[in-house]
Amino acid sequence: MPQLEEVSLDSIKHLVSERALTGETMLLNMGPQHPSTHGVLRLLLELDGEIVVNCIPDIGFLHTGIEKNMEAKTYQKAEVMSDRLDYMNTIGNNLAYVMAVEKLIDVDVPPRAQAIRVILTELQRIASHLVWLGTSGLDLAAMSVFLYCFREREAILDIAELCSGQRMMTTYFRPGGLWRDVPVEFESAVRDFIKIFPQRVDEYEKLLTKNPLFLDRVLGIGKLSGADALQYGVTGPNLRASGVDWDLRKARPYSGYEQYQFTVPVLKEGDIYARYLVRIQEMRESLKIVEQALNKLPMGPVRSENRKFVPPPRSEIGVNMESLIHHFKLWTEGFPAPKASIYSAVESPRGELALYLEGDGGPKPYRIHWRTPSFDNLAVLPLISKGHLVADLVAIIGSIDIVLGDIDR
Amino acid sequence: MDKKLEKIVQVLQNKFGGTVEEFRDEAHVFVKIDQIVEALTLLRDKHEFELLSTLTVVDYWPQMSPRFHVIYQLTSLAQNLSVQLRVPVNGDQPKVPTATRVYQVANWREREAWDMFGIQFDGHPDPRRILLPDDQEGHPLRKDFPLGYEEPQFSFNFDEIDLRKPYAKE
Repeated sequence: MPQLEEVSLDSIKHLVSERALTGETMLLNMGPQHPSTHGVLRLLLELDGEIVVNCIPDIGFLHTGIEKNMEAKTYQKAEVMSDRLDYMNTIGNNLAYVMAVEKLIDVDVPPRAQAIRVILTELQRIASHLVWLGTSGLDLAAMSVFLYCFREREAILDIAELCSGQRMMTTYFRPGGLWRDVPVEFESAVRDFIKIFPQRVDEYEKLLTKNPLFLDRVLGIGKLSGADALQYGVTGPNLRASGVDWDLRKARPYSGYEQYQFTVPVLKEGDIYARYLVRIQEMRESLKIVEQALNKLPMGPVRSENRKFVPPPRSEIGVNMESLIHHFKLWTEGFPAPKASIYSAVESPRGELALYLEGDGGPKPYRIHWRTPSFDNLAVLPLISKGHLVADLVAIIGSIDIVLGDIDR
Repeated sequence: MDKKLEKIVQVLQNKFGGTVEEFRDEAHVFVKIDQIVEALTLLRDKHEFELLSTLTVVDYWPQMSPRFHVIYQLTSLAQNLSVQLRVPVNGDQPKVPTATRVYQVANWREREAWDMFGIQFDGHPDPRRILLPDDQEGHPLRKDFPLGYEEPQFSFNFDEIDLRKPYAKE
């Protein structure tokens, strides 16, 4: 039996108040195995009775060294790991990755591929918000919302499976386009979803939006001002619920977002309720984008014709010597990227998801840095949880919508 | 490059005199290590760069000296602009003044840079590792840190490799 070490406060002395050192307040460990922390997040809480005096997040339990691993793989092979970061937004991560690579090597994407990318990314955004709504509702004891949300999410994952063969780890987008065109059933599956979903959102709202039990737990809790949010690097719906109108889809349109009509919901209050309302509204807006993109989905190729970077279709390999050589070169050696660096950002369901990508002239990335939104969004938790009850802390964690795979990388 | 961005880059260049690199409409401005806090404060207060999008490090060992570049990616919401500041840092006891007093977001990002690259941030309020355990040796994203792998065990060499495995033995 190993001897248990005496637990020492020395390493975190600067983070707790004086009263913790004298034993007046209590230090309590919450997580990493705790259902309300939405993954393996550990919080060290300094409590005065039931009031949170200090909250010290401890992360890294899900660290898998993805950035280091990606440096050892070619650009095509490294993409598979991007799904594993934020497992609620796998398609969005693929989009961030392929857009960064396309910016670095300068490849154009055909309009049909861009439109399909938008449809799938927006569906994924809805799915991600549904998981958030379900689980954060569950934290507040709203059991039925959880079950309804996962029913609709399943329909979206079915569409992803239809296209890529995988429900979650799709890797469907590739540098220069898509893996292949969508199947014929795609359109009717998305249309079915567009038809049922608005009523379903009304249904969730009926359960929560004016429910007095829900309002008691969320109104005025976990307030975050717009200035603080920017100081702490908070982005996405959390920032927009604090009164700052910033959405990369509007501000710096990519992948053809400028063609679609949608509004960016912004609220001033900055509390849990505002974050809830913003995300509910975002689901409705995303559905509008999906419908518009599907209505004017152009025909044409789904992969760039630039054979130096994009592999040729299988049918060409048997009859064309050039294609065979390109195929062989691309899948053994990979394509070279210039010796330069770029920063490319997209709007994920959680905020600004960006890559710092540097090439060294060879087929492998020299450095990939993922600017994952949850990392910075979680850093604000100590600020907004101060002075609230432990039960409210649970609601606050739910409301900032963290994904630990996104934080720990 | 965008006109407005060009003006800001010009201001930075006049004041701090670093070189500028341009690639795909992005501007990378080199700043000296002792001027970085001043440069960030200038951009935040005078040019409305409210958001420090990310802070990261690139290691150019062994082909370049100084070995590290610390990268500050700044975003201005009001003007819809981005600019990148780069600070070259020597590999021998790398030390950079902290940006936490200008942007709070730098707190965790600098801890990550310390964790992964071993760069110290002078005056940081909480200089601990963030993602890796406290007893981790080395800084894994440095280029001289090996990627590491697990040795596959076969029936003929199972016990031999088992002895070298790091898991705890009673």
